[in-house]
Order: sequence, then C-alpha cells, then structure tokens
Amino acid sequence: MRPTATGEHLLRELAPQVLGAVVRRYGDFGAAEDAVQEALTAAAIEWPSSGVPENPRAWLIQVAARKLTDFFRSESARRRRETKIVLETPPEENVVPPPDEAHVEQDDTLVLLFMCCHPALTRPSAIALTLRAVGGLTTGEIASAFLVPEATMAQRISRAKQSIKSSGVGFVMPPPADRNASLGAVLHVLYLVFNEGYAASSGEALQRVDLSSEAIRLARAAHELLPDDGEVSGLLALMLLTDARRAARTGPSGEIIPLDEQDRSLWNKEAIAEGVQLVTEAMTRGTVGSYLLQAAIAAVHDEAARAEDTDWPQIVALYSVLMRLGDNPMVALNHAVAVAMARGPAEGLALLAKLDRDPRIKDHYRLDAVRAHLLERSGEITAAVRHYEAAAEKTASLPERNYLRMKIARLRAS
Amino acid sequence: MKFMLMMHAPRGTGDYQINQWKPEEFRAHIQFMKDLNKELREAGELVGAEGLAPPAQARIVRTQGDGALEVTDGPFAESKEFLAGYWIVDVENADRAYAIAGKASTAPGPGGKPMGLKLEVRQVMSAPPDSL
Repeated sequence: MRPTATGEHLLRELAPQVLGAVVRRYGDFGAAEDAVQEALTAAAIEWPSSGVPENPRAWLIQVAARKLTDFFRSESARRRRETKIVLETPPEENVVPPPDEAHVEQDDTLVLLFMCCHPALTRPSAIALTLRAVGGLTTGEIASAFLVPEATMAQRISRAKQSIKSSGVGFVMPPPADRNASLGAVLHVLYLVFNEGYAASSGEALQRVDLSSEAIRLARAAHELLPDDGEVSGLLALMLLTDARRAARTGPSGEIIPLDEQDRSLWNKEAIAEGVQLVTEAMTRGTVGSYLLQAAIAAVHDEAARAEDTDWPQIVALYSVLMRLGDNPMVALNHAVAVAMARGPAEGLALLAKLDRDPRIKDHYRLDAVRAHLLERSGEITAAVRHYEAAAEKTASLPERNYLRMKIARLRAS
Repeated sequence: MKFMLMMHAPRGTGDYQINQWKPEEFRAHIQFMKDLNKELREAGELVGAEGLAPPAQARIVRTQGDGALEVTDGPFAESKEFLAGYWIVDVENADRAYAIAGKASTAPGPGGKPMGLKLEVRQVMSAPPDSL
C-alpha cells in the first residue's frame, strides 16, 4: 500500500485506509462509507486542477470527516438529538492520526475486508460492498461492471450496510476461532470478482471496469497483510497464473481458444513468474489448501512450453490431493480429465461413470462436455457429437455454447 | 446470476378478462405489482421489469426469403398463453429467482384471490465460468 501511484490509482489505494480511519473515529460504518465516497469524488474533481495535496490521505480524511459531520448535524437537527462528541470537536483534531499509525492503516484494510465479506451478507452484496469500500470504485463503475442499473447497485450496497448494522458486525478483527472461516469468505468473494471479470473479458463491453485486475489488486493487498497465509498466496497466484493467459484464451470474435490450442507466446511471462514463485514459497511453508493446489495446477500448465510438454502425471497427483481436501464433484471431473490425458481416454471415461450418479453434477453441462471430449479422443465421433450437443443445450455461458457448437460443426464436417 | 421471469397469462375468453374486474380488484393487482417491484429494487436485485400491451395489438414480423417485410396479426394462433410482462433480476442463485417468480404468481385477481399465473424462469446467458 505505497502511495506512489497517481490519480485514480492513488485514490483507490487510499480508500480503505481513509475509511478505516473515519470508521475507527466515528463508528458509523454506513455513514462513514458514504462520506469517504464523497471525499474520493471531491478529490477526483479537485486534484487534477489544484494538484495532489502534500498529504493526500489526511486531506481525504478531513474532507470525509467534514461530510460526516454535516451528515450528523442534519441528522441530529432532524431528530432533535445531540451528537455531542462529533459536534464539539473540529474534525481535523478528531481524525488525523499521528504519522506512525501505518500498522493500524494496514489492519484497517483487513478489518474492512472481513466486514464487507461477512457471511451475513449475500455474495452479490458482499461483492458490491467490497468493491466500493475496499476497492474504492464508484457505484456507477460497479453497476456497469455487472450490467445492472446504478440505482439497483446503490440499493444493493445500502442493503449490505443495513445487514452489517443489524447483524451487529463491529469494526474489529474476527475472534481467532472464526478467523479461518472469515478469511475463507473474503477469499471466496475475491475469487468471485475475478471469475466475473474472466467471463466479461471474453466478450464485448470493453469499457467495463476490469474486475479481474481489481480482484488481483485486492488479493495482492490481502497478501501484503497476510504474507504467511498459504491460501492467500494461493489465491493471488491462481489469479495471476490464470490471468496470464488472457491474451491467448480468446480469438478475435471472443471465441474460446482451449488451453492446448493457445499461442503460448502471448502468455504474460512476468505474471507466470510471479505466480510460480508464490506457489513455490507457499508450498514449502506447510499446510496446503485448495486455492494453493489449484494455483499449483495452473503453474504446471503455465510452465509447459508446448501443450504436449504438460506434466499430466503431476497434475493428476495434485488433483488427487485436492480430492482428499473435500468432496467436490467439479474437482473429480477435472481429475478425470487429467487422468485421461496422462493414461488415455478409456481410464478417464471410466471415472466419469461415478459422476453420473452424483446429483450435484449429473446434469451439469461440463460432465457432457468432458465426456464428449474424451469420446472424441477415443475416435467415437458420433457419441462425442451427441454429448457436445447435450452440453451446448445446458450451458448458461454464451462463449462456451459457441465453442461447443463450433466443435459439433467441425466434427460433422470431418 | 441474472434470470428473466416471464409471466404468462391464459388466452381463451378475452384477453386476461381484466376489463371485467372491479376497480378495487384492479387496484389491488396494480398495487401488488408496484410493491413487488419496490421490494426487488430495494433489495438491489431488479435489473428491469415491464408489462406488455395486450396481445390484440401484437404483430408478428418477419423478413421473407425475397427480402420483403411481412407484418401480420399476432401472437401465434396456436398459443394458449401470452406473455403479459417480464422481470429481469440479478440474484444470488436460481432458488432466489424461483422464490421471486413464486411470489409474482400470487398476484391477486378477482375477489382478491391469488391468480396462480405461470412464470417461465430462464437464466440469462454469459454466466461466469463454474468455480471449483
């Protein structure tokens, strides 16, 4: 969290620190969050002409505090109720912290993440609130990223704040006993933001905020605060290693290009190197969780110079460990693909039989798509086409459906 | 996840037979829809909602092979139901979309009784890829 970036980046990096300082002082998270948004907007308007103030953070805190004081004043006038502490102390004296409070700022970002991703919120609410309160995005930017009206997104954020208030979640670190569950919720929200961006970037709407980069930025912030947590490292690495393939994974019309057909010279080598290093370091530290394992799998893919160089036995081994961590049919499906690649399609197809009986996945398009792919590899083209068709009927992803239909058309033509 | 909730009304004897309702029945129906939309808007779930003009005014449009525009009265003669209106909602999961549709189905009709209209719920394409 170094304030070296300029303009928009600086504002967005400062957003959670400023909010933390204001909430710490005034307590009212909902109102403080609104006030900080107004301060960020004021800065975005004023700084380009007046120049960035010497201490931008203190500037933002003062403006936010003033907005909040105005708000409390009008509230208290309206309710004929005194809010003494706020009114009797000038905001400047009230909130500008001593210069050595750096550690508090950092903790504040983490506390904010835990608060915004609290399980009491629905995931869409948690995502929206995290992007605004921690990411410093405007409601309009978040709304356009998710293609919903701004008023709807504003309501979602305000509903999220109400949920926080009514569930009594305070601006404090979760107790140690809840720490893992809370961190899991944070990582899941960041993962969902990344996934949403991953889907969007394969299609149209280029003017949308890049949610994948935003998720990487937030995961990086979490990693800076918790450098020894394997799952935080794992999630950041997974994002970097997946995003590294961005330029290669879609064609000119947004069509999906599968991993084995991608032009690997387009992969982002810096992102891969960073991801691989994160994985390697975290792996030596001990407990290995599911994000770290997924990142390790992505690293094996990214380290292969050509598709045929992929170390499939290693990927099979990693999926086997992942399967032991929890009963997840999607992991079992990916494991079957890896087995087919390592030992031939017949063994992969045999593993799919078990999944046909699992109600969580038996009607999922990916089961059909994988079966189709393995049948195609075994030379059973008619059966492959049938399953590609079934998959195309079931998927809710437009690029995925186009990809499957293209597959069908090619197989029919051959 | 986004879903489109399409409310179908039966054809048959008169469009919706709504012009035979008593004023208070009509008012209660309108109020129900307004309240539902308000609830969805305040929950931050409403992407859009519209009621459609009655099917008597609908036209079926197509361009024939020779490039000629053809406009005929609609809707398709064989359909027993017509699309009365729709919502697009952005919700956490499919169950929430079904719950909203279920509520819309209880819109009051004559005598204030829930009409039990049928809603078709369809996911809007281009969902993010599946997570593990």
